[in-house]
Amino acid sequence: MVRLLKIELYKIFKRPRTYIAFAVITVIILLVQIALKFGGEEYVDLMMTGAKETFDIPVHQILNGYLVCFIILNLLLIHVPILVALIAGDVVAGEANMGTLRLLVSKPVSRFQLLWVKFLASSVYTIALLIWVAVFALCLSILLFGTNQLVVARKDEYDIISTSDVLWRYGAAFIFAGLGLITVAALAFMFSVFADNSVGPIVATVCVIIIFTILTQLQIPFYDETIKPYLFTTHMLGWKGFFYVRGEEGVTIEGSIEHFSQIIKSALILVGYTAVFLAIAVWYFNKKNILS
Amino acid sequence: MRCLFVLAGVLLFIHKTQAQSAESLIQKVKAKFEKIHNYEADATLKTNVSFIKAPIANVKIFYKKPDQLKIINKNGISFIPKGSVNINFGGVLINNSDYDVIDAGKDSTGLHVVKLLPKEDTADIVLSTLYIDERNLLIKKSKTTTRENGTYELGMTYGKYSEYGLPDKIVFSFNTKEYKLPKGVTFDYDEGSKKNEERLRIKKGRVEITYTNYIINKG
Repeated sequence: MVRLLKIELYKIFKRPRTYIAFAVITVIILLVQIALKFGGEEYVDLMMTGAKETFDIPVHQILNGYLVCFIILNLLLIHVPILVALIAGDVVAGEANMGTLRLLVSKPVSRFQLLWVKFLASSVYTIALLIWVAVFALCLSILLFGTNQLVVARKDEYDIISTSDVLWRYGAAFIFAGLGLITVAALAFMFSVFADNSVGPIVATVCVIIIFTILTQLQIPFYDETIKPYLFTTHMLGWKGFFYVRGEEGVTIEGSIEHFSQIIKSALILVGYTAVFLAIAVWYFNKKNILS
Repeated sequence: MRCLFVLAGVLLFIHKTQAQSAESLIQKVKAKFEKIHNYEADATLKTNVSFIKAPIANVKIFYKKPDQLKIINKNGISFIPKGSVNINFGGVLINNSDYDVIDAGKDSTGLHVVKLLPKEDTADIVLSTLYIDERNLLIKKSKTTTRENGTYELGMTYGKYSEYGLPDKIVFSFNTKEYKLPKGVTFDYDEGSKKNEERLRIKKGRVEITYTNYIINKG
């Protein structure tokens, strides 16, 4: 099993296109960091519109590495699923396209094992991408902007989180984001099992993500009550919940999460989606007549 | 007729003496403040505003005669209410030649109520009402109405620095403006919870400053 996984990982990481995602992420992060280095105070000023009439705002303190990372994650984690689809959508269909899938299933390994290893390899790639985001978005931002308390601007309030209370939230948020991205990988993987070339599964996954994301972002009550609560894209945003804190008489409660049960619910829904996508993939692959 | 003149005379006399007594009271309180040229204080700052959740901050407060006041939070982020310079009455009183002093008698708790009205039409402060403990010459409470930033209320408790008229604790109440943010700059997601609209309707904010120590006239 481990040997199979190593082989699959080798296949993924030897392809130059695997690194396109890493390069794209690096460029986006650097662009945002440069923009905020030179124009960040104006951005923060806009972010603080809700309070600046009543308070003197220490803009230069608010613009710190933690906030920059938070801004980057808000921009990036919507688009990373597309990059995940590039690899996960290719993992089975690519083999079919090259004519190696038939050869693979003729080996003394069960189809379930084969699929499981391929999905694991896609997940490892997804996690690697996320670690890359974490290193560049968090570590580089801390190096460039320093640290201070994190101010999270919400629709109805500002949450200020102590410096000592921030890092574990990022850790938890990255783990949660990993869960969301693995769901996307599972979706692309499922489409990959259905197809014989990788373009179809990649495009299909991207289309599903675009449509679902639009539905998630739309503020139409009809969709809010009927479709939105069931879309995995709605729950993928649950990582933000780690940055919503509880308060008592206006004072932040250190280590608290405002809607922890909602985060758990979102995580379970994502796990559920992943399980369903994988079950469909296994079911279809087991009965698939592999001719190529 | 003669009685009326006498009565008017008495009332005028009483008003004049009261005004003088308020003036002299202000002078005595002012004399206390005049001993302070500058101070540096360590304090904790607690913000209670409907649209802010913030940790209790450790701040340094710097004051320089007559009216320079700075609140600095080196290890964190504190939103300081505009007009917080009014937490120090030294400035107001030292320049009290610019104000008309009106005696408003005593309140139910026995504090002497004195109103300061600026002579200048364009001054930012429209009216200051001070509630003074006559015996200890301490301002216990004040209400200040400003042209730009609404009305501020201060409640002060004193301890070992009362001889300088410096409080151990200040509760600073102020009006907040409506919280509005452009949608593009918020980091929201619909977490499925109901919003507490009632809380957001509260337009009063409070800042509590608890002083731990003062360094007076060392700068």
